[in-house]
Amino acid sequence: MALEAKNRTLLACMGDDDTITGMLLAGIGQVTTEEGKETNFKICNDDTSSDELLKTFNSFINRNDIAILLINQHLADKIRIEIDSYSNAFPAILEIPSKDHPYDPEKDSVLRKVRRLFGDS
Amino acid sequence: MSGAANREQVFPTRMTLGVMKGKLKGAQTGHSLLKRKSEALTKRFRDITKRIDDAKRKMGRVMQTAAFSLAEVSYATGGNIGFQVQESISNNARFKVKARQENVSGVYLPQFEADINESINDFKMTGLGRGGQQVQRAREVYSKAVETLVDLASLQTAFVILDDVIKVTNRRVNAIEHVIIPRTENTISYINSELDELDREEFYRLKKVQEKKQIAVAAADAEAKAKKLKAEKERLEALESKKAQLEAAKENGENVKEEIKETEEAKAGVVEESVVEEEKEEEEEQSGDLVAQTEDDVIF
Repeated sequence: MALEAKNRTLLACMGDDDTITGMLLAGIGQVTTEEGKETNFKICNDDTSSDELLKTFNSFINRNDIAILLINQHLADKIRIEIDSYSNAFPAILEIPSKDHPYDPEKDSVLRKVRRLFGDS
Repeated sequence: MSGAANREQVFPTRMTLGVMKGKLKGAQTGHSLLKRKSEALTKRFRDITKRIDDAKRKMGRVMQTAAFSLAEVSYATGGNIGFQVQESISNNARFKVKARQENVSGVYLPQFEADINESINDFKMTGLGRGGQQVQRAREVYSKAVETLVDLASLQTAFVILDDVIKVTNRRVNAIEHVIIPRTENTISYINSELDELDREEFYRLKKVQEKKQIAVAAADAEAKAKKLKAEKERLEALESKKAQLEAAKENGENVKEEIKETEEAKAGVVEESVVEEEKEEEEEQSGDLVAQTEDDVIF
């Protein structure tokens, strides 16, 4: 696990236009020519199908250089089952709010796990 | 889960008993250690869950601020800079994370740390015409926001790992408490009962052997006594008969004399006389033997 975490240095992001722009401004973006690792961000709109989201999601979680995957909550809702059943430590999946969709702690899969473990603390 | 079935298949020997006792002790030590580990982890886990809850709320606020600064950029530049930003991404990210290990009761929790390479700036040209200041501001705000997200991600990773480890540890604790310890105890009591049973068997066997021995000894004693009695009786009888014979011999001697006298006097048949003589000789021999016998007895 120690080695696994060492090689993971990148953040990946799935989100709408504004979120991605902000994250790229922060400097998380990396574009390479390597097969399967071309970009570490993906712009997904409301009309992106859940199949496509799932494909992107799977390609990100299967990459071995990503430590954290940021995903907009409204997109995460579309592939909620996958996210809830995801239990690996790496990469960590983080649901973030987008400009148009405020953050709802009730939907977050990790927070729901927390609530389930400790009643309604 | 009956008592007899829930035990290990072992031969009930003293060695196995020793092994089982060692095993029970080990299980108890392991149980207490694991329980303590589980408690330490749970403490940490509760701490982390609380921090996750706080961090998630903070993240909501931070992202809102960040989104607002981006809106300012859009307003200042008078258009969407998204395309421009996406096109100017280089092949090396400015914002990376470094993983640091933290050890909690033997569990390694990764701690992500923001690792910003200040020498990389992909957006030198962005906002060159208008709103460069706002772009710069947005960059800073988003950097801060992502740092918060990185912190949250470490917490979340720690949460997932700890959750897993606690489950495993608790499973072990429960397995030891409810399966291994009772089974070992059952095995020990089984071995003890078997050994006791063997002891009782052995004791009973010894008792039986002793009983048989005593009977044999008593019989031998009785026999010896009977023999002695018999011998005594025989001796007495012999003595009696000797006495009688001696008396008889005395009488006989007189008789013979009388007979001789009579024969001499009466001059009777020779046959009768020889018979009497034979008898006399026999009586004399017998009395001699008896004397020898009595002497033997006395010596004994």
